[in-house]
Amino acid sequence: MKGLVPVKRVIDYNVKPRVKADGTGVDLANVKMSMNPFDEIAVEEAIRLKESGAVTEIIAISVGPAKAQETLRTALAMGADSAILVETDDEVEPLAVAKILKAAAAEVQPGLIILGKQAIDDDSNQTGQMLAALMNLPQGTFASKVVVEGDSVTVTREVDGGLETVKLSLPAIVTTDLRLNEPRYASLPNIMKAKKKPLDVKTPADYGVDITPRIKTLKVAEPPVRQAGIKVADVDELVAKLKNMGVA
Amino acid sequence: MKTLVWVEHDNSAMADATLAAVTAAGKLGEVHLLVAGSGCRAVAEQAAQIAGVGKVHLADNAAYANALAENVAPLIVELMGHHDAFIAPATSHGKNIAPRVAALLDVMQISDILSVEGEKTFTRPTYAGNAIATVESTDAKLVVTVRGTAFDKAETTGGSATIEDVSGAGDAGLSSFVGAEIAKNERPELTSAKVIVSGGRALKDSETFQQVIMPLADKLGAGVGASRAAVDAGYVPNDYQVGQTGKIVAPEVYIAIGISGAIQHLAGMKDSKTIIAINKDEDAPIFQVADIGLVGDLFKIVPELTEKL
Ligand SMILES: Cc1cc2nc3c(=O)[nH]c(=O)nc-3n(C[C@H](O)[C@H](O)[C@H](O)COP(=O)(O)OP(=O)(O)OC[C@H]3O[C@@H](n4cnc5c(N)ncnc54)[C@H](O)[C@@H]3O)c2cc1C
Repeated sequence: MKGLVPVKRVIDYNVKPRVKADGTGVDLANVKMSMNPFDEIAVEEAIRLKESGAVTEIIAISVGPAKAQETLRTALAMGADSAILVETDDEVEPLAVAKILKAAAAEVQPGLIILGKQAIDDDSNQTGQMLAALMNLPQGTFASKVVVEGDSVTVTREVDGGLETVKLSLPAIVTTDLRLNEPRYASLPNIMKAKKKPLDVKTPADYGVDITPRIKTLKVAEPPVRQAGIKVADVDELVAKLKNMGVA
Repeated sequence: MKTLVWVEHDNSAMADATLAAVTAAGKLGEVHLLVAGSGCRAVAEQAAQIAGVGKVHLADNAAYANALAENVAPLIVELMGHHDAFIAPATSHGKNIAPRVAALLDVMQISDILSVEGEKTFTRPTYAGNAIATVESTDAKLVVTVRGTAFDKAETTGGSATIEDVSGAGDAGLSSFVGAEIAKNERPELTSAKVIVSGGRALKDSETFQQVIMPLADKLGAGVGASRAAVDAGYVPNDYQVGQTGKIVAPEVYIAIGISGAIQHLAGMKDSKTIIAINKDEDAPIFQVADIGLVGDLFKIVPELTEKL
């Protein structure tokens, strides 16, 4: 069974995003970019499934600008076998990404598609569920454990009250949560090897997908800033404050 | 506009998260509810009392018992034949189901809205809440999830909606529910607690977390939260996590203990009314958002605080 892993190039999670002065978006010029952390977890999970024999081949795919090749090379260095870049400089919404992934999956024929549960830039948390809908496949979202057995996959999910387990028939879609695994770092020899792995470049049009946005962004603004308050010297002062607030 | 709101419940009682979604829906027009579950008529009766609700659709079927998205999404799509918008609270059910509905309707979902600015215009947080986008949908129908802390709760009484049974296709045959580990928690729920005591990596281990954080929470009648680091290290279960990818909370008072204040953590709590931080590092970023800070060793401070309250 093949594993397909979509990955997104996003602002590095250590960088504090700054809204552009003209209110059109977040300033990404000269900002460190990395693979979306949840997608790293997805790549790692696919590799572990390959190591355990459940998955035979891993294809990483990204929809984004030419620079997303770097993100795909990272996936290849971690252990993916080949990669596809669906190149576009336009911003592509989750619904259009899902349509592109559906078309790509029709060619790749994966048994399992593992995505991050959300991208840390738009925080949408949609693509996996949308892809599952479009392909009429089951979805195991927010996964903290994935076990493939025969023609099904059992997924433990992080939900509001704790954990929940569902059994899905394969092929299936899984989206990763933080505690599914700890992604490995690519070793230097693997980074070198990754440069020679196949990376196909396509366009949304190759897949016949219209990526015209459905949502217009009218404005992007900073959230209200909180002012730093006061420091108290000791516990007694803190107790007094709490009593003043009527909490204690 | 006629909206259909997903009622969050456990088949016996409605969850509070529903009420913020009803308030958001009310800003768009007529509010209908969907109670999908198994043996959940009591929930529908409870939901029918919410002020301002026009109708409750009740889909009572074993296939809907655990809100599997594969089963309930087609049911919602059917009901969307005569509704203009589907609105769900941004709970784990809502986040799981709504995008599946959106894709089936060929609609781009708007996630986690903070406000309703017009018929099709909303604000929503992006980049861990560091950028608030005002967005307008151009789709024929709307699919929206609602951030619970951003809207007042609708009144749970005063309404007298009619309950209408709907059937739906039932089991899609793609997935099945195996089981759940839902911890019984006597403490106030994070998303509705008035006071939250939250612990971070500094708490060392599960035992220490219990010994240091819980007595203070007990004294204050508070809910207990944690940073991702504390959850990853196994001090507390996953549902304690507050942040960009955990729970979004906005209590009257949030007490962050041994938490540095990474942007991903701040994303989940910086709308709290009063933030109190206890940290031994006076340069910890948490102090930049804290109303009241106390610099020092939490292992001395917290027991003393608990004692003196
Ligand atoms: C994709 C992604 C999503 C994430 N989502 C979340 C999320 O939802 N929620 C979240 O919380 N994090 C999230 N994180 C993690 C986040 O980036 C931080 O790593 C995490 O919040 C740090 O937790 P912490 O503050 O407990 O630990 P640390 O950053 O290690 O801070 C520990 C603090 O304790 C203080 N301390 C140590 N000993 C003492 C003592 N004796 N007395 C007093 N103070 C002491 C230290 O000074 C320090 O400030 C996410 C990260 C990624 C990449």
